[in-house]
Amino acid sequence: MTNEIKDSIKVRIRDLNLYYGNNHALHNINMDLHKNKITALIGPSGCGKSTFLRCLNRMNDLIRSVKVDGQVIIDEKNIYDKDVDEVAVRKRVGMVFQQPNPFPKSIYENVAYAPLKHGLIKKGHHCDDLVEKSLVQAGLWNEVKDKLKEPGTSLSGGQQQRLCIARTIAVQPDVILMDEPTSALDPISTEKIEALMLELKKKYTIIIVTHNMQQAGRIADYTAFFHLGDLIEYDETETIFINPSEKKTEDYITGRYG
Amino acid sequence: MTYFKSESSSVSKLSSSQKKIKTDNPFYDPSLQKRHAQARRFKFLTVASIIFAISFLVFFLGDMIVKGLPAFQQSYMLIDVTYNEKTVDSTRKAIDKKYRRIVSRSWLRDIPAMVEQDPSLMNTTQATWVLVNHQVDQYMKGHYYKIKNKYLNIVKEKQAVGELELRFNTIFFTHGDSKIPENSGIKSAIIGSILTLIVTMIIAFPLGVMTAVYLEEFAHDSYWTQLIEININNLAAIPSILFGLLGLAVFINLFGMPRSSPLVGGLTLALMTLPIIIVSARAALRSVPDSIRQAGYGLGLTKIQVVQDHVMPLAFPGIMTGSIIGLSQAMGETAPLIIIGMIAFIPDSPSSIFQAATVMPAQIFTWAGMPERAYIERTAAGIMVLLSILISLNALAIYLRKKFEVNW
Amino acid sequence: MRFLLMSAAAVSILTTFGVLFSILFEAIEFFQMRSFWYFISGIEWSPGVEDSKFGALPIFSGTFIITFIALSVALPIGLGSAIFMSEYASFSLRDKLKPLLEILAGIPTVVYGFFAAITVAPAIVSFFEIFGIHASFNSALASGIVMGIMIIPVISSLSDDVIRAVPDSQRKASLALGMTKSETIKAIVLPSALPGIISATLLGLSKALGETMIVVMAAGMRPNLSWNMLEDMTTVTVRIVDALVGDHEFDSPETLSAFALGLVLFAVTLVLNIVSVALIRKFKEKYKVNTL
Repeated sequence: MTNEIKDSIKVRIRDLNLYYGNNHALHNINMDLHKNKITALIGPSGCGKSTFLRCLNRMNDLIRSVKVDGQVIIDEKNIYDKDVDEVAVRKRVGMVFQQPNPFPKSIYENVAYAPLKHGLIKKGHHCDDLVEKSLVQAGLWNEVKDKLKEPGTSLSGGQQQRLCIARTIAVQPDVILMDEPTSALDPISTEKIEALMLELKKKYTIIIVTHNMQQAGRIADYTAFFHLGDLIEYDETETIFINPSEKKTEDYITGRYG
Repeated sequence: MTYFKSESSSVSKLSSSQKKIKTDNPFYDPSLQKRHAQARRFKFLTVASIIFAISFLVFFLGDMIVKGLPAFQQSYMLIDVTYNEKTVDSTRKAIDKKYRRIVSRSWLRDIPAMVEQDPSLMNTTQATWVLVNHQVDQYMKGHYYKIKNKYLNIVKEKQAVGELELRFNTIFFTHGDSKIPENSGIKSAIIGSILTLIVTMIIAFPLGVMTAVYLEEFAHDSYWTQLIEININNLAAIPSILFGLLGLAVFINLFGMPRSSPLVGGLTLALMTLPIIIVSARAALRSVPDSIRQAGYGLGLTKIQVVQDHVMPLAFPGIMTGSIIGLSQAMGETAPLIIIGMIAFIPDSPSSIFQAATVMPAQIFTWAGMPERAYIERTAAGIMVLLSILISLNALAIYLRKKFEVNW
Repeated sequence: MRFLLMSAAAVSILTTFGVLFSILFEAIEFFQMRSFWYFISGIEWSPGVEDSKFGALPIFSGTFIITFIALSVALPIGLGSAIFMSEYASFSLRDKLKPLLEILAGIPTVVYGFFAAITVAPAIVSFFEIFGIHASFNSALASGIVMGIMIIPVISSLSDDVIRAVPDSQRKASLALGMTKSETIKAIVLPSALPGIISATLLGLSKALGETMIVVMAAGMRPNLSWNMLEDMTTVTVRIVDALVGDHEFDSPETLSAFALGLVLFAVTLVLNIVSVALIRKFKEKYKVNTL
């Protein structure tokens, strides 16, 4: 492996298996996720793509019955190693959820909450700067700069989701996970978020779970197709959509099931 | 020797490699240690509070049992008792003079009744197990006692030869209240409680269920129903003692019902129990799915028929559960009953709801205020009886709920 | 039939107004005999003597102090228990703990009163004796502590329901930002649940104010305008009982004073209940939950 390729890989997944109790939900996943690219995870409902996504920031640890083995290596370190703190992992690997879920606090506090707790900044003008920077990056600043004190829940759905993205990047993560971030939004808000993601990939590595294949086609550099807990195919998006090597992938892409 | 050496070197290698991992670890964050410690402290506080609450419960129940158990035994002494005309007249003379400060006055008082019941006793002298007074009883139980030395020696002698012993206390369950501790029991309070609660349930159950049926099945969302709902809610929050004021002002002063009677007590408690029954009956009715009602209407039944024949039978277990819980709350209530006078000294069991009566919690209150040490164990024993009834009632409610629980 | 059901429903209204008016009329009668201002601001309460006085301030202060002690016990422990049950305990453990705590609410208050008088009060006296401080056998502290334990389940039960009704998405969002569990609870969950927690506290407060047996048995009869929790104090409910079990004529100011005190108690608990219900309704609307 040349250094260049090695540097371009942000997350390496090796022999990842996941069990819900006795249910073997993810089978031996091996994958390399590229730095500063958008990788889309597609597949029918229940294929394990969201479960897989949650392995990347150890959110599955919160479910008692879940057992994970294998390796998820970020920056040459397996995040499931004993000496890795899942709290620190989640700080470096942010996550945006399907339903916009701003905290019932002001817009300002929504963004400032985590950086303050992490001790990244102190209250005062540094904090104001970070909030502004994050909201600008999330493309929300112009819409909310006059009402930072208003509750985050007063915004529209699309604005709420961008607030959640601003909240995530305020912690300065390396990787951002997005679990169907636009499935609860209208087409115009979806478009804004997609444009935002293309902007964000310059700084972050983005992994997105989506039900919407057009969306994957529009924004993703790489696409992975999951089916019943198996990673069927993973390649550049163009290849997956135009010339898949697996029959199952082709069937799914052409809408024969889903 | 070499073995040890190699091990120690491997240990040092391990620790140095661990150090290396830490500095290599891109996820290493020293500030997290503090935050995790904070998280552990927080969790510890929540665990500590629940442990405190539960251990209080255990300590409390244990304390009641330790204090109450002795009351289920009572001391009896074997002495000669002479039954004849003279001793029936003046019962003190039935026993040897030296025992007069040891034997219970209440036992002696019963001598004429004993002779009447069994005439063959007349003109005989029999070795009999007789009830002793509460001071000797307290001595037997190892509590604080006050007995003159002269009598204490007799007690000790009797105890040494096995003619003074603790037996199961039947008096506690067969007698009413008494100013003589060893003669007092909980029977009249139990009967008073039963009479009072019968009145309570006769009033509160139909009223509560009918109100619930009206609100759930018939009422439209109007100003009127909202008023009723707010009322029920407030009724549940009124301190119980204020219901006592109502009972005193309305039932006793206005309607002239007999003071201290189960009638007034039952009516007062019924008003308190009403909201509990209404709320639980409404929940039970609401849990019956609409499809059952639609099916009834589909068959051409009227609303009343549907409610009576199809909805009520399904809601009934839920209504019963709520009513039992309401009943058990009414059973433990004291304050309003004190206000309407149900703490009078009542030695005999009431035979109707118009007679003066006392109830179990009121009896506990009365005994708790008695100066004699012997009443403490009786109070605690009364509490044990009351709590076991309440626990059984609640267990019954839980059983009913589990048994008839349906997930629609 | 419909009419019958409707009249049954009307009984609940009749009862509430019955309680209100039966207290109100007698209270008015009392205030015709005695000054209302002296009642709420006077510091001497001496019924049954030649020149009897009815200044309820020492009674209100005693009620306030005992209630304050009760809440200082019940709020941290009740809230702590609620947080443990809703956030840390497994479902099966919670299902066991909650009914166990609710036993505390099912114990008759006369039983608590006995426990306060016979076990807790002497323990407090001997504890403070170690430091050479004299505590009364009828102390505000003993009755306050036991009353606090009694209202733990009032607070824990409702708070537990409210905390669990906070949507899980909030917790996940916070944890995904790299917050620890306790930070999430403190910064996100509890503020969201706050209206419900306040509501539970107000209910507990109302219950403490109206509690009678514990204070009758363990707090004392003496109107005592003092801050010392180790002294005996009296409360509104104690004086109501005392006024009505004595041998006074029904229309004497001694007896009627109970209704004046009852009126105060009624008004305060009613306001607390209305505020509490309004807060819970607000919470329900915010999170669209119907299970509370």
